[in-house]
Amino acid sequence: MSEALDLSIYVRRKGNTAHMDLAVEGVSCAGCIRKIENGLRQVPGVSDARLNFTNRRLAVDWRDGALEASEIIRALERIGYRAHPFEAQRIESDETRHARWLMKCLAVAGFAAMNIMLLSVSVWSGNGADMTQETRDFFHWLSALIAIPTAAYASRPFFHRALGAIRARQLNMDVPISLGVLLALGMSIVETANHAEHAYFDSAIMLLFFLLCGRYLDHAMRQKTRAAAGNLAALKAEVAHRFDCNGTELVTVPVAALKVGDRLLVRPGERVPADGIVLSGTSEVDESLVTGETAHKPVAAGAVIYCGSMSCSGTLTMRVTAVGAGTLIDEAERLLEKAVAGRSRYLRLADRAARLYAPMVHATALLTAVGWLAAGASVHDAIVTAIAVLIITCPCALALAIPAVQVVASGALFRSGVILNAGDAVERLAEADTIIFDKTGTLTLPEPRVGNASEIDPDLLEKAARLALSSHHPLAAALAREAHDRVPYDQVAEQPGQGVRAIVEGKEARLGSPAFCGVTGSLATDDPSRSVIAFIHGDCCALLSVRQKLRPDAETVVAKLKEQGLKLMILSGDRPASVAPIAAKLGLSKWSAGLNPLQKIEIIDSLKAQGRRILMVGDGLNDAPALAAAHASLSPIGAVHLTQAQADGIFLGERLEPVLAGCTIARRAGRLMKQNLLFAVLYNAMAVPIAMTGHVTPLIAALAMSSSSLLVTLNALRARNRGATLGRSPDWSAAFVEQNPGAGVSHLRDPRRRRAAPMRATRATVLP
Amino acid sequence: MNVLVYLVPMALALGLSALFAFLWSMRSGQYEDMDGAAWRVLSDDDLEDS
Repeated sequence: MSEALDLSIYVRRKGNTAHMDLAVEGVSCAGCIRKIENGLRQVPGVSDARLNFTNRRLAVDWRDGALEASEIIRALERIGYRAHPFEAQRIESDETRHARWLMKCLAVAGFAAMNIMLLSVSVWSGNGADMTQETRDFFHWLSALIAIPTAAYASRPFFHRALGAIRARQLNMDVPISLGVLLALGMSIVETANHAEHAYFDSAIMLLFFLLCGRYLDHAMRQKTRAAAGNLAALKAEVAHRFDCNGTELVTVPVAALKVGDRLLVRPGERVPADGIVLSGTSEVDESLVTGETAHKPVAAGAVIYCGSMSCSGTLTMRVTAVGAGTLIDEAERLLEKAVAGRSRYLRLADRAARLYAPMVHATALLTAVGWLAAGASVHDAIVTAIAVLIITCPCALALAIPAVQVVASGALFRSGVILNAGDAVERLAEADTIIFDKTGTLTLPEPRVGNASEIDPDLLEKAARLALSSHHPLAAALAREAHDRVPYDQVAEQPGQGVRAIVEGKEARLGSPAFCGVTGSLATDDPSRSVIAFIHGDCCALLSVRQKLRPDAETVVAKLKEQGLKLMILSGDRPASVAPIAAKLGLSKWSAGLNPLQKIEIIDSLKAQGRRILMVGDGLNDAPALAAAHASLSPIGAVHLTQAQADGIFLGERLEPVLAGCTIARRAGRLMKQNLLFAVLYNAMAVPIAMTGHVTPLIAALAMSSSSLLVTLNALRARNRGATLGRSPDWSAAFVEQNPGAGVSHLRDPRRRRAAPMRATRATVLP
Repeated sequence: MNVLVYLVPMALALGLSALFAFLWSMRSGQYEDMDGAAWRVLSDDDLEDS
C-alpha cells in the first residue's frame, strides 16, 4: 500500500520560498558536505541547501509549490543519507539568542579590559618614575571613558539576575558581583576627580571579562548538549498513519501533527502514537513502556490504549483522545506535578555559597569602615578602604569555581554518552548515594532477544532469522536481530496471529507458534517471562525462547557501582517472577516488583526521609513521577518522551556503562567544586586582611583576582574523564543506528523499532 | 608627552575597529559552523575547471 507522507508541519514559508530544517545521519567528512549540498541544489526547485557540520543539520530552501517536503528526503536518500525533519525547539532558539548576547557582552568587555589594562600598566610603571599628575589624570579619565559604557553594556547579564534575586528577597552570587563592579567604578571616578593616585577601572572590567568567559562557556556547553538531544529526538522520527477526512485514505503524518479526534491505524508491531480509544479491531498490546508489565494485555473496541504501548498481534483503528502534553495517564500526571514541586526546592551549591558569602563580605566591609573611623581616619579614607575590601572580595573565583567544573564535567559526560538536561544535574548526581533501577528497558534491553541462540544450529538460526524479517510480529522482530544476511525470502505468506511460511531451498519453512509449526516438546529452562516461538524447515526444527535480556555490561556495571559504595535496588512494575531472576543475577538483594507509580514514589520518599539521596534510573511512563521525585535521575535513550523530559539526563547506547561513567565523573566533579570553593575561601582569607589594613593597590587587586580565577579554572580542568570508566567511549553514529534499526532493510516494513514506525518505512513504501 | 594626545586615541580607534569587525562577523553567522568551515576549506568546488 502506498501512503502519502505529509510533512507540512515542518515547513516554514516566507513569501515565495519554503524552508525546512533536517537532522542528517552519517555526515562524517568534507565530501559529505559537498555531496549533500550539490546533490540537493541539482533537484529542480531547490534554491539553497546549507549543511551545518557542527550540529549535523541541513537547511533547505525551495520554491514554494515546486516540490513536496518528502521529495527532499527522498532526494537525500538517493544521495545516500538519511534525514529527518527537525523543528527547532523554542527553548533551543531562545538559548542561541542568549548565547549571542553573552558573546557580544564578552567581546565588548574583552576590548575594554585590554585597553584599560594598557592605560593602567602605564600608570603603574609611571607612578614609580616621573609621570606627571596631568598625564595620570588623562589616563584615568580615558579609562573611565571606556569603562563606564562597557559596564553599562556588558554587566547587564549580572545586573538582571542580581535585580531578580533582590526582588525575590534572596541573595545570589550576582549581588556581590554587581555591587563590587558598581562600587569600584563609582569610587574610581570620585578618586580620579580628586587627582588620586589609584583608580580601579581595570579591576572592575577585568572581573567582568573573567566572569563573562565563565558564563559563556557554561552556556555554550549546555547549548551543545541540547543540540545533540534535539537531533536524537528528530532521529526518532515518530509517525502515525492517519485516515484523511473522508475516512478512506491513509496519510502518514509526524506524531507532532496529530490532533485530538484524529482516526489512526495501528498495525501489528507498531507503537501506539497517542492516547486514545480503540474503535475497531482486536489485538494484544505490550504496555511494558507504560507500566513496566511485560505480559501482553488483550484489547478490543472501546478499550483505552496509551501512547508508547505496542500492538502485537492485530491491526487497530483508534481515535485520539490526548496528544502531546496531554498524553499521560491521569494519575501519573497528578503524581508528577507533586514530585516536580518537591524537587524545585533544591538549592544549588553556588547559591548556597552565595547566601553565606554575601552577608559576610558586606559585614566585613562595614566593619573595616567603622574600624578605621574609630581609629581616627578621615571619612574619605575609611570609605575608600571599605570599598577596596569589597573590590578584592568580589567573588570572581567563587563565581567561576562551580560553573568551570560544570562545563568540563558535562563535556566529559557528553563524551561518555550522557546528555544532561538540567544545569545543576552534575551537582545532584554527585550527591547521590543510592541508585534505584527500573527493570524493563533500563536494566534489560528495550527489545526482547533470543535467549537460547547459542544452543541452536547456527545455520538453522540464520534461516529462521531471515524468515522472521518478513513478519510484523514483535517476537519475530527479536529473532530477526540474529540475521546476518538481511535479505528476506521471496513469497513469504503471513497468517496473522499464527506465523509466517515460505519455501526455502525447495522445502517449506514455518515460523510461528509451536502449534502452527507442528513442533512439540518444551524448553529445558522454565522461565515464566519468556515467550516461545518455533521454527521448522523440512525435518529440522527448533524452539526459540524470546525474552528480555540484560544489557550486556549490566553485571560489571552493577558490581563497579557497588564497589564505589553506592546502595543499589530495583523497583519494577513487572511481576515478581520476572524481576527475581534478574535481581539474583546482578547480585542485588533489595528489589520490589509489581509496583504502581504511587508505590514507587512512596518508597523513594521513605528512603529520602532516612536521609538518602537517590539517583533514579528508569525509562517507562510509570517511572516518570519517580524520576521527578528522586534527587537526580537518568533515562535511557529509548525512554518515552515524557519520561525523558523529567530526567536530569539521558544516556545512549545498549550498555549501562554511561550510568557508571556518569556517577564517577559527577562525583569527581563534586569533589572539585568543593575544592574550588575552598581555594576561593583561602584566597579571600589571605586578601581580606591586606585590604582591611588599607594596603591594596590596583596592581595587587588585579594580580590577586586573575591568579585566583586562573587557579580555579585550571583545577576545574581535572574534571575531564581519564580512564575512570570501563574505557570505552560511545559511538554516536551507533546511537543513531540504534534509534532506527531498520537501516539495513530498505524494501520491507520493518517492525523492529521502538514506538510508532519511523518515516523510513513509509518512505520505502512510497519509493518505486 | 604631547604625542599621547593622538597616539592614545589612535590605539583606541584601532581596538574599536577590531571590536566592530568581530561583532560584524558574528552577526553574519561566521561562527555558526566552526567545524564545517575547517572542512570546507578542503573543497575545490569554487575553483574554475581549467
